[in-house]
Amino acid sequence: MTRRSRMLGRRSGEIARKRLKLLLVADKTNCSPEFLEMIKDDIFQVVSKYMEIDSGDIEVGLTKAFFYGISDCVPAFYTNIPIRCLSCKGIM
Amino acid sequence: MSEVIVITSGKGGVGKTTTSANIGTGLAMLGMRVALIDTDIGLRNLDVVMGLENRIVYNLVDVVEGNCRMKQALIRDKRYPNLYLLPSAQTRDKSAVNPEQMIKLTEDLKEDFDYILLDCPAGIEQGFRNAIAGADRALVVTTPEVSAIRDADRIIGLLEARDMGQVQLIVNRVRTDMVRRGDMMSVDDVMDILAVPLLGAIPDDESIVVSTNQGEPLAGTDTPAGQAYLDICKRLLGEDIPLSVHDTGRGLISRITGFLKRA
Repeated sequence: MTRRSRMLGRRSGEIARKRLKLLLVADKTNCSPEFLEMIKDDIFQVVSKYMEIDSGDIEVGLTKAFFYGISDCVPAFYTNIPIRCLSCKGIM
Repeated sequence: MSEVIVITSGKGGVGKTTTSANIGTGLAMLGMRVALIDTDIGLRNLDVVMGLENRIVYNLVDVVEGNCRMKQALIRDKRYPNLYLLPSAQTRDKSAVNPEQMIKLTEDLKEDFDYILLDCPAGIEQGFRNAIAGADRALVVTTPEVSAIRDADRIIGLLEARDMGQVQLIVNRVRTDMVRRGDMMSVDDVMDILAVPLLGAIPDDESIVVSTNQGEPLAGTDTPAGQAYLDICKRLLGEDIPLSVHDTGRGLISRITGFLKRA
């Protein structure tokens, strides 16, 4: 474990989990982890206009899902963004 | 009703062969008629893990090519008369067998056995395609490491693309002490990432090395891994055994209790 990750309080198991989540999406979509980081950054830019979120919390991934009007299960892109504070930006 | 189960992983060295040997032994211990098939042509290993390397006369390729009858190639286990091994060929390569021949082979074995377990080679090439061809169900073995999980994910994708009936996960070499201090992904983390139902978790246990040295699988013995393998076998038979990782005694509390027990 590096000094930086220790200072941030992140243990190596958590680092492995986060790396894998990005890696598996990258493998399935044939795009690089950097590319996914770019998507994450863009999502952060947009969503943070409306609510308080932390860029480090954003998770992106691929899953399978059923959608209305499509009979088969199709790959779906999902993102989880924990909201720090909902009403902070004066929108609500 | 007999079932053909393939034990696969993608990555090498995560414990496919050990898992095959122990699940085979455990099921035999529970009274099932079991055939273990080593499908790793050119790199056979299941025979040594089972301790049957000195009894090999014919092998899988001989059966497929018609050089001998199935009964001549099957080796009976040292301890369980209802457990048999069909060893792989050491001097041939993966191309000696094709998926159609493997389907025929497993169909033939279904007449005499309750469970046919296929130990799959590492990789995603022909050896893998041969091994999964005749299988009804797949057990994907992984360890809580980035590289093994990445390969397991790829294998799961390939199994689903080939309409494998049931795909279940075995997480091997779990160290509860490292999980507790946050330096190893937990079984739940691995399940969450791979999104496949868990069949069982095996603790990282020194007795596995001892058992492999001796050529006697430890399923059912009084060891953490032995109990974990027996639990997996019972779950395969439909028993409702709660999922938990057996402690290996590396954590502080178990070391203290272990010390008190010995004292």
